Amino acid sequence: MTGLVGAVVEAWDELRIHRLRVLLALIGVAVAVASITGVTAAVQMLTQSFQEQNDRNNGRQVTLQINAWQQTQETTGGAAIEAAFASTLDRYGIDYSSRMLQTAVPVRLPSGRRPVNMQAVDPEISILNRITTLQGRWFTDDDARSYAPQLIVNEAFLATLGLSDLSSHPTVQIGDVTPVRAEVIGVTASNWPGEDPSAYVLYDQLTRWYSPDPNIGQTVPTLEVWVPQDQADALSVRITRDVQAAAPGWQVEAYDNRQMGGGAIDGAAKWIGIGIGGFALLLGGLGLVNISLVTVRYRIREIGIRRSFGATSARIFFGVLMESVVATVVAGVVGVALAVVAIRAIPIETLFGSGIQDMPPFPVSAALVGLASAAAVGTLAGVIPATVAVRIKVIDAIRY
Amino acid sequence: MSAMIELTEVTRSVRLPDERVLEILRGVSLSVDQGEHVAVVGRSGTGKSTLLNILGLLDAPTTGRYLLEGEPVDRLSQRVRTAHRGRDFGFVFQQFHLLPGRTAVENVAAPLLYARGRTFWNRTRLAARMLERVGLGERLDAMPETLSGGEQQRVAIARALVRSPRVILADEPTGALDVETGGEVMDLLDEIAQETGAALVTITHDLAVAARAARQFRLADGVLVPVEIDARTADWVGDVPTSAGPPLVADRGAATERRLPTVAP
Repeated sequence: MTGLVGAVVEAWDELRIHRLRVLLALIGVAVAVASITGVTAAVQMLTQSFQEQNDRNNGRQVTLQINAWQQTQETTGGAAIEAAFASTLDRYGIDYSSRMLQTAVPVRLPSGRRPVNMQAVDPEISILNRITTLQGRWFTDDDARSYAPQLIVNEAFLATLGLSDLSSHPTVQIGDVTPVRAEVIGVTASNWPGEDPSAYVLYDQLTRWYSPDPNIGQTVPTLEVWVPQDQADALSVRITRDVQAAAPGWQVEAYDNRQMGGGAIDGAAKWIGIGIGGFALLLGGLGLVNISLVTVRYRIREIGIRRSFGATSARIFFGVLMESVVATVVAGVVGVALAVVAIRAIPIETLFGSGIQDMPPFPVSAALVGLASAAAVGTLAGVIPATVAVRIKVIDAIRY
Repeated sequence: MSAMIELTEVTRSVRLPDERVLEILRGVSLSVDQGEHVAVVGRSGTGKSTLLNILGLLDAPTTGRYLLEGEPVDRLSQRVRTAHRGRDFGFVFQQFHLLPGRTAVENVAAPLLYARGRTFWNRTRLAARMLERVGLGERLDAMPETLSGGEQQRVAIARALVRSPRVILADEPTGALDVETGGEVMDLLDEIAQETGAALVTITHDLAVAARAARQFRLADGVLVPVEIDARTADWVGDVPTSAGPPLVADRGAATERRLPTVAP
């Protein structure tokens, strides 16, 4: 025990005394570990950001979109397909799903009545598509039972009303034959500058007050369901079959969004990061070997004196090796700390365009891999000078 | 009761690059008891340091017998020899050989890094106490380069004694000091050796330093012979002994040439 502690103390003393030399030698190692850890963390954040953006645009992985349309002119009404959707969801115990109907609804705005793009949805769509509100709130299940419909509008819609916030509890009249006053309860961000006004409305509310115009958008909703990745194929087939069976005369097809992911970016960037870090670590290790060898020659007499104190060759070997290992591990810790600071300092909003909803945890595994790599490089870099140190003859060393 | 260290007919030779054999020590016999002060005088290059290295287990005899407290050293494993060296011997070098970049107390504590148990954990305290003993209690944190030659040698003495060795091997301990400081250092060395009961073997070319020892020897041409030095006049008593041995440099063992050793052992 004292042997090990003594070797570590000895190694630490050497590093302390030659800190400038060590510092110069270890900058490369620290940078390498920082880059391995930092790039891994940044790639994770980037991936998460892409993933979330992808979720917003195309739904979570894997979202099945069930489309249905009538095969004949003989209509059985949208109620049949909605019932088929409901029974199928119930059968498979699917928690996250939403009906979705794209249409344009007449809205009375300060500039006059005009059709506004609306998406009629269920509250769960906010989970499927990671929709967040800038102001106000998202729909709840209770909203479907309220007398008046609610709207969640985009910023362009709110601006059209001449408002910047919801403090005045604004309402707008929607519909044509049986117009109704809808309350604006939330605001979402516009996706791009100059975006047209648009709004979300609950599907049940919209269909209660308004019949979608078949010339403008859908009249029958699609169904979006979030399913586990490993069951997506099986569920796609079964849901299609079951909805089809429950709604005779309807053609049903399912699409999934797996082809719209950003997985390739994740893999490539990660390997590029690890490659750069590994190369930097190799260069750092070579620098360390070089400086360690020079140092051992500089310390020949000291090694001889230590042998006169009773230091065994194993202890000398271990001591020189430990210097390298302790130094690189310390550099590794510094590198990880640098990575943590850098990751925290990243302006996520500026860099990725939008915030990250589910911030990935700091990649502890990458930090550990970085540290282990640093220790391994330190060991390899220490073996050569340690071997040289042991081969020095004691008498020659003292006289050196 | 056996002597602390006992050399019998010890030789040390090395093979030169041109295949000739250089005999550095020839038939050296020396016995040192516990607490005894022995001095070996001789000119530079006569093998004094080689003798000291053999005594301190830094080197091994080519032939002959070395008993450490009655135990043949050549039968000891390298590990045991190293352990003996750390535990039983304290080295004082002519050029002090303090470890650079370390304070006085860190230098004195350095040998204790190879100790075990309580001694290891209390090394800084033990080192500070030893520095106080050699009169450097106020300079614990001084770096070697800020100390005078005498102070540096006192640090070196404290370092040699911190593990309470049973034999102190001093190689020209006053060689780098002026006469007055050298005298003070030798006083200190004698005093502490007597206090601890350690045997003191001093290698020197200074007859005044050698005269302090209870027994003196002269090493010339690799041969060790007992001599007597007058402590008052620091001069030889009687004729200066000379050696008369076989050639120092032999051509593959054949006696063809006589030469003083010129190769550093």
